[in-house]
Amino acid sequence: MSGTSGTYLGMPAFPAAARDAVRNETLRGNLRHATHTIRDKRAKAVAELDDWARLRAAGRDVKERTLRHLDHYLVQLEESVTAAGGTVHWAADAGEANRIVTGLVKRTGRSEVVKVKSMATQEIGLNEALEAEGIRAYETDLAELIVQLGDDRPSHILVPAIHRNRGEIRDIFRAEMGSWGRAAPAGLSDDPAELAEAARVHLREKFLRAEVGISGANFMVAETGTLVVVESEGNGRMCLTLPETLISVVGIEKVVPTWRDLEVFLQTLPRSSTAERMNPYTSMWTGTTDSDGPRAFHLVLLDNGRTDTLADEVGRQALRCIRCSACLNVCPVYERAGGHAYGSVYPGPIGAILSPQLRGIASEVDASLPYASSLCGACYDVCPVAIDIPEVLVHLRERVVEGGEVTRNGERVTIKPAKGHRGERAVMRAARWALDHPGALRAGQRLASRTRRIHPKRLPGPGRAWSDTRALPEVPAESFRHWWQRTRGGAR
Amino acid sequence: MSSGRERVLARVRRALADVPRDERPQDVRVERGYLRVHGDRTTARTVDLLAENLADYRALVHRVDAAELPQLLKRLLAAHGSRSVLVPPGLPPGWLAAADPVLALVPDREADTAYALDAVDSVVTGCAVAIAETGTIVLDGGPDQGRRRITLVPDHHLCVVRVPDQVVGSVPQALERLAPGRPQTWISGPSATSDIELNRVEGVHGPRTLEVILVDGRTEGQG
Repeated sequence: MSGTSGTYLGMPAFPAAARDAVRNETLRGNLRHATHTIRDKRAKAVAELDDWARLRAAGRDVKERTLRHLDHYLVQLEESVTAAGGTVHWAADAGEANRIVTGLVKRTGRSEVVKVKSMATQEIGLNEALEAEGIRAYETDLAELIVQLGDDRPSHILVPAIHRNRGEIRDIFRAEMGSWGRAAPAGLSDDPAELAEAARVHLREKFLRAEVGISGANFMVAETGTLVVVESEGNGRMCLTLPETLISVVGIEKVVPTWRDLEVFLQTLPRSSTAERMNPYTSMWTGTTDSDGPRAFHLVLLDNGRTDTLADEVGRQALRCIRCSACLNVCPVYERAGGHAYGSVYPGPIGAILSPQLRGIASEVDASLPYASSLCGACYDVCPVAIDIPEVLVHLRERVVEGGEVTRNGERVTIKPAKGHRGERAVMRAARWALDHPGALRAGQRLASRTRRIHPKRLPGPGRAWSDTRALPEVPAESFRHWWQRTRGGAR
Repeated sequence: MSSGRERVLARVRRALADVPRDERPQDVRVERGYLRVHGDRTTARTVDLLAENLADYRALVHRVDAAELPQLLKRLLAAHGSRSVLVPPGLPPGWLAAADPVLALVPDREADTAYALDAVDSVVTGCAVAIAETGTIVLDGGPDQGRRRITLVPDHHLCVVRVPDQVVGSVPQALERLAPGRPQTWISGPSATSDIELNRVEGVHGPRTLEVILVDGRTEGQG
């Protein structure tokens, strides 16, 4: 049961991972089919609301207000949750969050938990941390179950098993369900309704005996202390209401100021993510309620790189994200490369700006992510909170190339330019010098023209990768500057 | 525990060094230019829209007069083959008057385990509010709805909506009516998933059959 969330250490850079992915024809077929299906449906669901642009602007504004005064709202949230009978914990990083959750589970005396799909707990590798302490975590979302049973990694925010088609899912269910609990029924076909039924039966016994539930949350209302989980299958409701103890691990950026603010996001999130007017189930709870639901509620507020992201005035907007995954579904790069190539639980355009900010750009994969885009801007167009993803991508590219001041683990540090870009920087420096020195430029151009017959088709050394995919321009027999000097534009 | 708290809050404050010290949260403008409700509808049309949108997401919708409700409930429970039905503590007693002699009425008791609930065929509840534009019914744990688990574990949920009183047009209008402190479940059609090739399939962990009964006028036992 290892590796379902993973920390992605030692992942190859995006281009290397993507190269393998685009050669996998099944994967490309699965992704093309799924993303195109949802793309058209989303457009239709959005077109039903003629005030979409205004809802989007309001969503952006609410998140901006929250982020600019995040300390205020977090303290208010803590007060509200505590007053309603919940307990609030704060975790600066993944290790701290995992220790808190593991400790809470151990105190219940239980050795298994049921989980609602949650990006935050995947990000921190909670399942592995629990496993190391002898606690089994059961994923209950259908796609997460497919990923967990297949000892696989998630490849999409909303549908982590989007890279699997129905036939592959049937094979995984047949082969693996038995070792996790109730086996798949004999003769299980690849009909989606039958597959869903198999998941229902398999998980039922786990829900009914569950004593501890673990979730994330889509929204936390500072004013009231209310948490909101948006879902479809009912596994969320099971985990949120049947256990005695509920532990929710939520990123600090998920807070919204007021109850009323939900009126914006409960309209934009379902239409953006599953292209529905409303998702089948939304659960809202405020602390604990006598005789209804868990007796103990713990909220773990997670930083884990979010404050570092907040410190960047351009990059901060990535924290507005409500994890709808609309940007993945429209992205031409995601559609071809798939989610695994991004080396993070956050794939696609949002992942390309979130991962390098949450984790820093020290690793090869994180430094490559800002380049995993053609900057076409489709992601920005569909984003329900108007995150200008291309703007942040360009900003992060500049940081990768130039280095400079950033915040890491709460400290201001100066980072060096990333390795792969030293050659590029040297070329740019040389070009600047040559353009500042007309004599040298003239001599260089003349030399280039005279030797043009022996120029290679590809650049040698560090420039080779660049010219692998590009044709080198042919050097003319005479430079424009020389031609002009000789003829004055044909006047002589 | 407090050390984590102080560390995170200190980081947040350092990260926001660019925000002017005298700026208050309300100084950041939120432009709420969006609509309170989409379109101009008569009350009757709003109820029709609710019925359409519920049906669009595969809820089974029935419309009756208050006097016919007990017979309808009896018929629907029988058609589903139910032998037992969960009853929230404050369900108007008249609603199940016709079904009572035929079916085992199971009161919602705190001591009952999830296993006990799993053995019951159906559940009948009222609701707090219903939203026409999205085809949503909202439960808030009121006396005619009971604890959240009773509408979750049984496979067949019959929800009675009093129209037009309990129907609002839009999500913003619904939030205005609801009390945040109460545990809420917003339900839009039966349990579903889009996890296999992003196609919607109905019927996963929640009730696989959702029947919504729109009742005109005041119903028996409603005082």
